Amino acid sequence: MALGGGTMTGEALIIIALLVPTIGAGLIWLTAWNPNVREATTLVTAGTLFAIVVAILGRVLNGEDLATGTWPIAPGLELGFRVEPLGMLFACVASGLWIVNSIYSIGYMRGNKEPRQTQFYMCFAIALASTIGIAFAANLFTLFLFYEVLTLSTYPLVTHKGDENAKAGGRVYLLVLLGTSTVLLLPAIIATALIAGTLDFMPGGILTGKADKATLMILLAMFMFGIGKAALMPFHRWLPAAMVAPTPVSALLHAVAVVKAGVFTVTKVVLYIFGIELLASTGANEWLIWVAAASLLLGSLVAMTKDNLKARLAYSTVSQLAYVVLGAALATSWGVIGGAMHIAMHAFGKITLFFCAGAIYTAAHKTEVSELSGLGRTMPFTFAAFLIGALSIIGLPPFGGLWSKWYLALGALQAGQIVIVAVLMISSLLNIAYLLPIPIKAFFGQASGRKSSGIKEAPLPCLIAIGLTSLGCLILFFFPDGILNLLSRIQVQ
Amino acid sequence: MISEHLPALQVVVPLLGAVVCAFFTRGDRAWFVALVVSLAMPFIAFGLLLKVLHGGPISYALGGWAPPFGIEYRVDILNAYVLVLVSVIGAVIMPYAKRSVEHEIEADKQAWFYTIYLLCLCGLLGIAITGDAFNAFVFMEVSSLATYALIAMGRDRRALLAAYQYLIMGTIGATFYVIGVGLLYSMTGTLNLADMANRIAGIENSRAVLAALAFLTVGISLKLALFPLHVWLPNAYAYAPSMATVFLSATATKVAVYLLLRYFFTVFGVTVIYADLPISEIFLLLSLAAMFGASIVAVFQQNVKRMLAYSSVAQIGYITLGIAIANKTGLTGGIVHLFNHALMKAALFMAIGAIFYRIGSVKIDDLAGIGKRMPMTAGAFVVAGLSLIGVPGTVGFISKWYLGLGAFQQGWWWLVMLIVLSSVISIIYVGRVVEVIWFRDVAPASRRAKDPPLSMLLPMLLLTAATIYFGFDTVLTAGIAELAAEWLLAGVR
Repeated sequence: MALGGGTMTGEALIIIALLVPTIGAGLIWLTAWNPNVREATTLVTAGTLFAIVVAILGRVLNGEDLATGTWPIAPGLELGFRVEPLGMLFACVASGLWIVNSIYSIGYMRGNKEPRQTQFYMCFAIALASTIGIAFAANLFTLFLFYEVLTLSTYPLVTHKGDENAKAGGRVYLLVLLGTSTVLLLPAIIATALIAGTLDFMPGGILTGKADKATLMILLAMFMFGIGKAALMPFHRWLPAAMVAPTPVSALLHAVAVVKAGVFTVTKVVLYIFGIELLASTGANEWLIWVAAASLLLGSLVAMTKDNLKARLAYSTVSQLAYVVLGAALATSWGVIGGAMHIAMHAFGKITLFFCAGAIYTAAHKTEVSELSGLGRTMPFTFAAFLIGALSIIGLPPFGGLWSKWYLALGALQAGQIVIVAVLMISSLLNIAYLLPIPIKAFFGQASGRKSSGIKEAPLPCLIAIGLTSLGCLILFFFPDGILNLLSRIQVQ
Repeated sequence: MISEHLPALQVVVPLLGAVVCAFFTRGDRAWFVALVVSLAMPFIAFGLLLKVLHGGPISYALGGWAPPFGIEYRVDILNAYVLVLVSVIGAVIMPYAKRSVEHEIEADKQAWFYTIYLLCLCGLLGIAITGDAFNAFVFMEVSSLATYALIAMGRDRRALLAAYQYLIMGTIGATFYVIGVGLLYSMTGTLNLADMANRIAGIENSRAVLAALAFLTVGISLKLALFPLHVWLPNAYAYAPSMATVFLSATATKVAVYLLLRYFFTVFGVTVIYADLPISEIFLLLSLAAMFGASIVAVFQQNVKRMLAYSSVAQIGYITLGIAIANKTGLTGGIVHLFNHALMKAALFMAIGAIFYRIGSVKIDDLAGIGKRMPMTAGAFVVAGLSLIGVPGTVGFISKWYLGLGAFQQGWWWLVMLIVLSSVISIIYVGRVVEVIWFRDVAPASRRAKDPPLSMLLPMLLLTAATIYFGFDTVLTAGIAELAAEWLLAGVR
């Protein structure tokens, strides 16, 4: 690839990737005096970050091993970064969609005349910096550090509205995420440090031969429930609570960056702390398969009962996140690839759906599914995109969501779990049941009450963003091999 | 050579400073003397620390009378660390003190305030540096009497009651201490701590020595506010002048903890403390009671200073927990938390003092929206508050890491869970304040408030930055604490 970052060392590239959004946040603060300059700063920052991430990708695809030196903090604790395929994928998805989301934000925030926009864009940039930190973390401590920064930097975004509702949502958000990470994840990390003598992510894991099955099971449970961002039931409550945030936040953070940081961490822990060999050979992962499957089905079932569009999408996310956890829990190579792929596929599908929900709110000020009847005729573009996003989430061709579900099913077969294959099928049917009626009713239903006069499509930046992500869903169907190529480099041993 | 006399200067300079201050009638002149003295202290303390690190313990015969007959000042790694802590805090808060004291203390009493402050500083440094049991008592009384006066100078009339309450409790504590020293003197015939340690060998388990241990433990525990002997502390901290609260919360209890460590480990010895007596169990229970009881009480406080005071009681629980865990890692955690807690609590009390300076109240409801008017101050409060919770990347995390690791090494996984659970309570009481100061509308009374003058702002920001800095670079904090813990547990006699 031509994009190689020139002669820069891998270490420099990683550090620049971390610094760009951080400095961007400062520049956004400095340019607050002029909204146009401020938004341009956000876009330039996002674009620069994506360019650097792509440069790193080029290096990785060339087979280079990119890592920084380590900074020792205390015995067992060190700060360090290393790029591996899974983190590479996550960084690409998050930084790429940040550009699209920033375009969308401009339309949404201005269209709804939201207050405190400088704070909004700053927190967004810091959240992205911590996402990159999570993606490239070389050990559990570094990951944990940025994981917590991500929680804290997104808290002001959740409470953005500032009313009682937003504050209550913010409380749940902070307590569940900080609570699970403090009470379960931190002790799990301390225990790992003591048992394994290191916190580094290593191919094949660091616990082999160091702990018996019972310890492994307890440790796995502490990790899985401690990573609250993965929203594994029963620790999913924060995600619907976070929906009080402005829609761009729900779209990028609570469909992509934050939740995917959760399932990414889950996958990373399974791959590089436990190692799938160890889990498969001891059977310590068995219970997690069923918990993930339950979360997967229950999330969909609850989604069906929600009339609020964003709440329905949030529970859909809870269900879809469980796919990734399931992929990791299966502890097979195809399962891991399917789960990791789902990080990207679901990202494009769900961000499209949230963009549409925000467009509907901006244009028509409607939030409930039951109010959308007939609206498709006044907002055809938005609802067409909604249909595309929905089909991709369901996993139908010609959209990207098909592939991840395909590989997950393969992974389940590989693990000999026929029941899980059935669960995947049932879940897809449930997806159809709660997603497809929305665009169908919008296009063919009776417009409710008085004529919905005056409603037209959302502002142009919103529509551009929606168009880009739905196009992404389509492209990913035809060209999944780029992702496969990257993911096949994951070292299992 | 002057460097030979550093141990004496550490105590004599503030004592002389106090005398000089007493001659002034104008507050600003007295402030200047106190400033010069306080700024000189860290140089002496660091000088002593460097000497100890390179050349081992220093023995200084006061007045040329050879120990054990004369008074010996003995500096080793542990008290060099405590001297650095006390003198650095003393130096950092002096620039802050000027405006705060001008605001809170009547003009004709300001010079007295600085006189008493210097006496208090002299007493605390004296306790830390002396190698003589009775001399420590004298300094304890110097610092305590000064503390009663400092608290009583608070504007609120309840300050008088708080000072009186502490006077009663503190006197009981000092009496217990002196009874303990008397018993030890009757058994060993010496007051020199090092000499006492030698002579106590063989009679550790005699009734009189054990009674002495009991009296000393209770007496010192009153001073360090170990639960349930903490009742004097919340009112004292809540109603004392802001500057006095900052200073006392960061130093007074820490010096008392040092004295306890000194008796436990160097006079009585590890065997007596851990093997023969259930001190570990007693401290474990009391520390846990403090960590949970005081934290829960903190959640319900309406006065933020009082809330922080209860939080101090809880945090002292972490420090004494380090003694209870009884291994090197755990003890390191306790000792490093002396320093870490001093940094964050001083920063928090400075922030709240600055808010009092601007709006004249520390009631939580009056703080509504103050973040929008005093962003730097409120920002410092948030960062130091995060440190209190123990978010990674702050000093609080370092302490928690050592304590958790130590507990795990001891096989006490349940204690790890209790440590992290107690920090969830701190999420609640810190979060509650953060929500009020950032997400409520600005209270009418504080419309015109703005960040305090630079002389107050800079020390606050410096300490806040230190809570982050020492979360990453722990050579000076945890590194020295670890040396001290190793040295204490090696059973030095």
